[in-house]
Amino acid sequence: MSEAVSAVQGASASGFVDVAEAGLVGMVTIRGDLGDSDFAHAVWSVTHCGLPKKRGIAAGESDQLLWMSPDELLLVCAHEEAEARVQALSAALSGQHHLVVNVSDARAVFRVSGSGSAVREAMAKVTPADLRPRILGVGEVRRTRMAQVPAAICFDGEDQATIVCFRSVGTYVFDLLVRSSKPGSEVGHF
Amino acid sequence: MLILKCPYCGVACDETELHAGGEAHLTRHGPGSSDADFEEYLFMRENPRGVHFERWRHVYGCGKWFHAARDTATLEVFGTYSAQVAEPPKDVRAAITAKVPGWRWRDLS
Ligand SMILES: [Zn+2]
Repeated sequence: MSEAVSAVQGASASGFVDVAEAGLVGMVTIRGDLGDSDFAHAVWSVTHCGLPKKRGIAAGESDQLLWMSPDELLLVCAHEEAEARVQALSAALSGQHHLVVNVSDARAVFRVSGSGSAVREAMAKVTPADLRPRILGVGEVRRTRMAQVPAAICFDGEDQATIVCFRSVGTYVFDLLVRSSKPGSEVGHF
Repeated sequence: MLILKCPYCGVACDETELHAGGEAHLTRHGPGSSDADFEEYLFMRENPRGVHFERWRHVYGCGKWFHAARDTATLEVFGTYSAQVAEPPKDVRAAITAKVPGWRWRDLS
């Protein structure tokens, strides 16, 4: 097995916010009937997470489940655990209509951090999503686009947001965030 | 700018997060149908100035198809609703009637 390397090798930069790649993150796409208690039980048996509410995040001891669509979850775990989670989920969900796939190395994860409304300022320039705190609160997953590419964004707190995008556009998203947070380019919208 | 609420995610989506899917509630006429029905299905589309029903896909989000009822002249949105229906639900039709009394679209009113 070759050595795992994240999309932009942990690059980071500082403008009016700090932009950093999160490095290696375990991510597993799980699809199935979220309204089925057998599905919920199978997922819980492996992740020890309940199912998240619509657009929400459910956290267990070490894993997190992000709501991605009415029939899709994203499991976030340690990178080295992802393959074991796939095996365990596949076994737990056998007999049910489902899909489980390790997407850890097909995604890039970024963290944008800063004080005040700086994080929302930097992000709002590159997404059409309404980022006002009363519309997109902390802990809510919003799938949208960042400039020209799809991304899922979530504010972990007012001072930090996490962005998940396709690995193939990792450099693009990193450059985009760096440019968006260039000192002196604050819009002052929030 | 057109903003549509995805009935599956519940988020207000900018039109650039969506993909337009053309006219809603078409009846598919395939192999074995009459030439007239097949032509109607393939080519004949409404192009109203006013109330219209369309299909949209939340392509930068959940990926689901849904329906929207809107006014093509004012961009006012009367409602969005599930893709799994063959005609607009009562509440959407009532919302249109409240704003545009006497509206007609194909054989709906
Ligand atoms: Zn949606």
